[in-house]
Amino acid sequence: MTGLRLGLALAASVLALGAATAQEPKKGGTVHVVVQPEPPMLMQGLNQNGPTNMVAGNIYESLLRYDEKLNPQPSLAKSWEISPDAKVYTFKLQEGVTWHDGKPFTADDVVFTLDKFLREVHPRWRPIVNAQVETIEKVDDLTVKITLKQPFGPMIMTQEVASAPMIPKHIYDGTDYRANPANNTPIGTGPFKLKEWKKGSYIHLVKNENYWLKGKPNLDEIYWQIIPDAAARAVAYETGKVDVLTGGSVDVYDVARLSKLPNTCMTTKGWEMFAPHAWLTPNVRNGILGNKQFRQGLMYAIDREFGKDVVWGGLGKLPTGPISSKTRFYSSDVPTYAFDPAKAKELIKASGYKGETIKLLNLPYGETWSRWSEAIKQNLEDVGVKIQIENTDVPGWTQKASNWDFDLNFNFLYQLGDPAMGVARSYISSNIAKGNPFANVGGYSNPEVDKLFAEAAIAATDAQRQELYTKVQKLLADELPVLWLLEMDFPTIYRCNVKNLVTTGIGVDDGFRDAWKE
Amino acid sequence: MSFLKRFASNRGAVVGLIILLVVIVFALLAPSLFPQSPWRTVGRPFLAPFVMERFPLGTDTLGRNIAAGLVHGARVSLMIGVVSTLVALLIGVPLGAVAGYAGGFVDDALMRFTEFFQTIPSFALAIVMVAILQPQLGSIVLAIGVVSWPPVARLVRGEVLSLKTREYVQAAVTIGQSTPRIIFSQVLPNTIAPIIVMGSLMIGSAILLESSLSFLGLGDPNLMSWGYMVGAGRTRLIDAWWISFFPGLAIFLTVLALNLAGEGLNDALNPRLARGRE
Repeated sequence: MTGLRLGLALAASVLALGAATAQEPKKGGTVHVVVQPEPPMLMQGLNQNGPTNMVAGNIYESLLRYDEKLNPQPSLAKSWEISPDAKVYTFKLQEGVTWHDGKPFTADDVVFTLDKFLREVHPRWRPIVNAQVETIEKVDDLTVKITLKQPFGPMIMTQEVASAPMIPKHIYDGTDYRANPANNTPIGTGPFKLKEWKKGSYIHLVKNENYWLKGKPNLDEIYWQIIPDAAARAVAYETGKVDVLTGGSVDVYDVARLSKLPNTCMTTKGWEMFAPHAWLTPNVRNGILGNKQFRQGLMYAIDREFGKDVVWGGLGKLPTGPISSKTRFYSSDVPTYAFDPAKAKELIKASGYKGETIKLLNLPYGETWSRWSEAIKQNLEDVGVKIQIENTDVPGWTQKASNWDFDLNFNFLYQLGDPAMGVARSYISSNIAKGNPFANVGGYSNPEVDKLFAEAAIAATDAQRQELYTKVQKLLADELPVLWLLEMDFPTIYRCNVKNLVTTGIGVDDGFRDAWKE
Repeated sequence: MSFLKRFASNRGAVVGLIILLVVIVFALLAPSLFPQSPWRTVGRPFLAPFVMERFPLGTDTLGRNIAAGLVHGARVSLMIGVVSTLVALLIGVPLGAVAGYAGGFVDDALMRFTEFFQTIPSFALAIVMVAILQPQLGSIVLAIGVVSWPPVARLVRGEVLSLKTREYVQAAVTIGQSTPRIIFSQVLPNTIAPIIVMGSLMIGSAILLESSLSFLGLGDPNLMSWGYMVGAGRTRLIDAWWISFFPGLAIFLTVLALNLAGEGLNDALNPRLARGRE
């Protein structure tokens, strides 16, 4: 009952927020935001760590933005056109855009960025441009044409700021990109400029007075505060030192407490592009874990509802398959696994499990994950599976996961807006390679799955893609190459007088263009 | 005065012994008191203590029974305390005995080796060892043993140095007993009293060390221990104090009891050194 009432109260506050956005934005003001951990650098073309994106997404811009439904919106591209055969993309650029150093932004910069700079350094853009793109040409100063080798549906989703940030040609062309001294003083076209970075303390961004979108940004300054301890971050919010706690910066347990504070709003929006999906990867090379019945038994044995409600404080949603329900091409027409220990016992017995010990590698990302391991271990031991939890640190985890040295391993991956980019990588056999913890580390290999993902990526229309993705979701949900546990929610907690903060599919990462403070 | 009488005359020691016995009894009875695994979720999370009969000390973040955790944790803490102390004694006693009896170059070399371990902060060394060897029961016992033997070696060496000049040892040398035999039959039996006292105090510090490691998340993730319980509850200290408080209290009482009892043993075994309490 209280849960329902809380739900209603939340809904009401969301409605109120919706009404508030209609207000006239106020100019000026400073906002203090937590960024966790400290970013390694702010040159977004060279680094796409979470914290880098969070800060640099307000310094750099890309051709497109994406709203909360992941529909493309104009950013540096004023408009775009896709040819009827889905092979030619023509982008018209905004007029009067300048870099932070005053030089004009033109089609030359776009061609340089996409064809040269990012092709060389960007781990996500490189495979796309090499496999799918025929040419990237300048038509005139404000028009760029991208011609594909074949139709590639996800193309329109690739122009998010962390995936394809525009890089100034006049600074980087002909230099050693990684060694360019300008990497310390990032020059973008975005609404904010870097003023000062006091390492270990704060990053200070100030308003770009010459921003191309007239009247924006509203804020004068943003301070990104670096506070290494989770409890200290919560206290910093309580004492008023910071105004915004970005997703994942405070303990799950603190979320409920902090969101009840006066003048405090909480939203789980702004993560639609990433839609983090958490799961357990069974190493299918290791004996019994290669047995489908056994994996299904594990899935029935795990009380995922408990994990969501108790371990994660009710945040998130239970997934049904490989594709997050928050993104495109999701299908709910799949076999499901409700918590059912009796059925689990039956399946595990039928699989021929003989009581061998299975190691569960815990993800060293804080206490919530440890509690989750403990709860799952207990679930599995209740149905007679012997589990031994292994703890390690982040480098240890990365090494074990990348080198397939585990039986069961926790992981969570971003969906990146399209199954071709964020989902297929975990299941296709061509991505079974050591050295990357986010590849297909479990070793699941099925030619039919490979074929369905490959065809879906290049199918001409969304309807055809949907059909193929529906098929593959059904197939995978039966085979269980990984045990999906949670569609994670990362709540952003902020003072209610900071308005319009989360308006896009990447939330705070590019949210300060439109944000204002009452 | 007999040993027991001397021990009983130290009231603190008796209290310590009683607490210790209670803890041991709980540890022994754990499987029959709480037959279910202490990791099992048995109720709603965050139930306050002294409210429900089934959960006398409340439940933790996952709805696990804190009382069950405490009792099962007692087994782990005592076991790690005793075993790692034995490991430390196994390293320290022979090393100290050889150094003290042999003297000269061997003594110098062994003592410099001991000092090498003494100069490294013991907690830091334990963390490094556990982190490298993976946090598991064996590596934790080994790490605690390795960081706590140097004082034992120094103590035994000192005792042996003074004992080897005694007349009965000289007599044993004269009648041609072999060196190992002299060490084991004449010298070491006479160092047992201080070793027992030191060992009982070391169990306490070993329990503390294990708790600190678990608190930092370097405990064996498959064993319920007091340090783990304190660590797991610390983020909820403000709204659910009991999760950390009871295991903390258990650590405090057990270590205090071991120290009191150790003190009493010291008085009882060394009556001439005992402070005048009568």
